[in-house]
Amino acid sequence: MDYLIIIIGAVFVNNIVLAQFLGICPYMGVSSKVSTSIGMSGAVMFVMTLATIVTYLIFNYILVPFEITYLQTISYILVIASLVQMVELVLKKVSPPLYQALGIFLPLITTNCAILGVTILAVRPDFGFNLMEAVVFAIANSIGFALAIVLFAGIREQLELSDLPKGMRGAPAALVVAGIMALAFMGFTGIV
Amino acid sequence: MGKLNILTRGFIRENPVFVLLLGLCPALGVTTSAINGLGMGLATTFVLVMSNLVVSIIKDVIPNKVRIPSFIVIIASFVTIVSLVMEAFVPALFKELGLFIPLIVVNCVVMGRAEAFASKNNPFNAIIDGLGMGLGFAFALAILGGVREILGSGSFFGIPIFEGDGMLVFVLAPGAFIGLGYLIALNNILRKTIE
Repeated sequence: MDYLIIIIGAVFVNNIVLAQFLGICPYMGVSSKVSTSIGMSGAVMFVMTLATIVTYLIFNYILVPFEITYLQTISYILVIASLVQMVELVLKKVSPPLYQALGIFLPLITTNCAILGVTILAVRPDFGFNLMEAVVFAIANSIGFALAIVLFAGIREQLELSDLPKGMRGAPAALVVAGIMALAFMGFTGIV
Repeated sequence: MGKLNILTRGFIRENPVFVLLLGLCPALGVTTSAINGLGMGLATTFVLVMSNLVVSIIKDVIPNKVRIPSFIVIIASFVTIVSLVMEAFVPALFKELGLFIPLIVVNCVVMGRAEAFASKNNPFNAIIDGLGMGLGFAFALAILGGVREILGSGSFFGIPIFEGDGMLVFVLAPGAFIGLGYLIALNNILRKTIE
């Protein structure tokens, strides 16, 4: 498959947040400021790419040869959890400024379903990705996540200032905004 | 705290979806119809009850430092059981729910109850809590699925209600966000009136 098609498909057409509903927790949780949403996006991109490489190799060279693919869920979540811990330790040692920027977001990522979702999607037989395509797929999805959450944070900063009916304040208004964004992203349907 | 209180608080007052805003990914992703929402909710309920039970039984054995990874392994085991059972007995529903079955592992509701309730309470209360929260979750998903099904395809649990096609947008992604937004607003107003 063409890399460009994978990228456009993952960023716009099948946007991970707005079309596939993965990673809604951080999407709602850390999108009140543009700066924190950029930090979260960076952490997601980092972990998603690494996790996809590791789990792709585990799936194709351990789970498939031994015919234990039903252990996919349990092995993936363990890999992701330990990977996040490791990334945290390495970053702390190697690059304190990067750790400062991404540090607080890393523990949240273990239970971010976008990571587990993308790693499972990347080995789906009907996609038939090779390793390079899986990596491109992961990066493209994290860009899609970043695009959705940063745009959303920008809107939410304005939303804070507007006068809404009492029941709609906070989460309900944010969800309706997300719905309108999803509507806008549906305009990309059919590009690829 | 009374047993009845533990059982019922998950429905309105501490509903995981409408009030605590946990587990929103499956709540938005699978609720294209009432039956899908209910199926997902019941699968999650099973995982929640079983993981609460096991966590509560072995809470004194698990060292504090590795409790989160241990919880994850316990939850992932039950998710694997659920997905194998569903694949065998309800293959159509399993296919419809797709990716969201393995993703029960990272559902914050399950992890949240293990950490906040089961690891501090006795097994019997943990089961009741799991059941209450799980059914509250299933209830929320079935309502959202029902609303989207009625508005989007003009039927409820597959039974046609009115003629015509309905508003397609409610079956598609935007309808999930907008539908949930208004249901949360409704729940906010409802809770205020009860208090």
